[in-house]
Amino acid sequence: MSTEARAGHFPAVDWNGGAFPYRVGHRKLGMWLFIVSDSLTFSALLMGYAYLRASNNWPTPFPFYPSIVFSSVMTFCLLSSSLTMVFGVSASSRGNKAGARKWILATIFFGLAFIVLHLIEWKHLIDEGLRPFYLPEHWAKVFTLNGTPPTALFGATFFTITGLHMFHVASGAVYLLVVAARVNKLKHEDIEISGLYWHFVDLVWMFVFPLIYIMSVDMHGALGH
Amino acid sequence: MSEHADEHFAGSNKLFISIWGWLVALTLVEIFLAYKTLPIQIMLTILLGLSIIKAALIVAYFMHLKFERLSLILTIVPMLVICICLLMVFFPDSFRSSGLRYQFKESPPVAPAPAEEP
Repeated sequence: MSTEARAGHFPAVDWNGGAFPYRVGHRKLGMWLFIVSDSLTFSALLMGYAYLRASNNWPTPFPFYPSIVFSSVMTFCLLSSSLTMVFGVSASSRGNKAGARKWILATIFFGLAFIVLHLIEWKHLIDEGLRPFYLPEHWAKVFTLNGTPPTALFGATFFTITGLHMFHVASGAVYLLVVAARVNKLKHEDIEISGLYWHFVDLVWMFVFPLIYIMSVDMHGALGH
Repeated sequence: MSEHADEHFAGSNKLFISIWGWLVALTLVEIFLAYKTLPIQIMLTILLGLSIIKAALIVAYFMHLKFERLSLILTIVPMLVICICLLMVFFPDSFRSSGLRYQFKESPPVAPAPAEEP
């Protein structure tokens, strides 16, 4: 970064065309704008969840073991995938395309591990009786407070938010697979852009995990786990 | 192609590993909070604080924004923060509809019907 950029100084000539005012290419700027809009999508969903949670009797059904421990392993997978991705981008910046491909494949591996673990967890909850608009019968009984049954919207928010995030991870894995396959043809900036998307998916999980999982921990052992 | 393309990707692998270490450590703090029983408001405050720190670490180092031009940072970050804060305009309505629910003073006269199964 140049000294003038550090000072945040805009030379007027930057905006007369023929230059990159932000010192990034248009594709990278496009990815940043996409990330901003996608953050608003997830923020709106999480705010909707907070709205419903504050206005309803909300069940807190996740036992520390296995639910929280299981989702912590998923978090660890996603954090590690971000590290391997950053190694891939760093290898590509040194012109080491083979190294970049290797690290990107490691990233895809962690991403797929996350999806598999997530699907196992979904299956477990669905088997227990959780649906988008219904709670398992024993949850409804246990979490009834002063005669008010817990809201069945728990399932709706849970499956919507984690489902949309899982969709992002899955599409990110496909995106990275294409990048890994064409790594020799791509410029360094293109690999960096795929890294931006992948880190964003990781970043969203940094909000989903505490708000959906940890805030729903069954603190008093109500379900008797 | 922009002059940026040939620029070296700032940050060493050692730096990235230490950032990853911090992210894992903060996650462990969150998991510890799930294990401890804390009042829900305190837990929410700490968890959101930790999440924002983690998000900032990811954006600054992994997404490389710290090493970009200040004008790009100023274009992206403040408006996003403002838009997200504006979403909180819905909370008064949420608390209002929570207050509309009938509060039983004692235990209710009859057991409520269990939730319908599909």
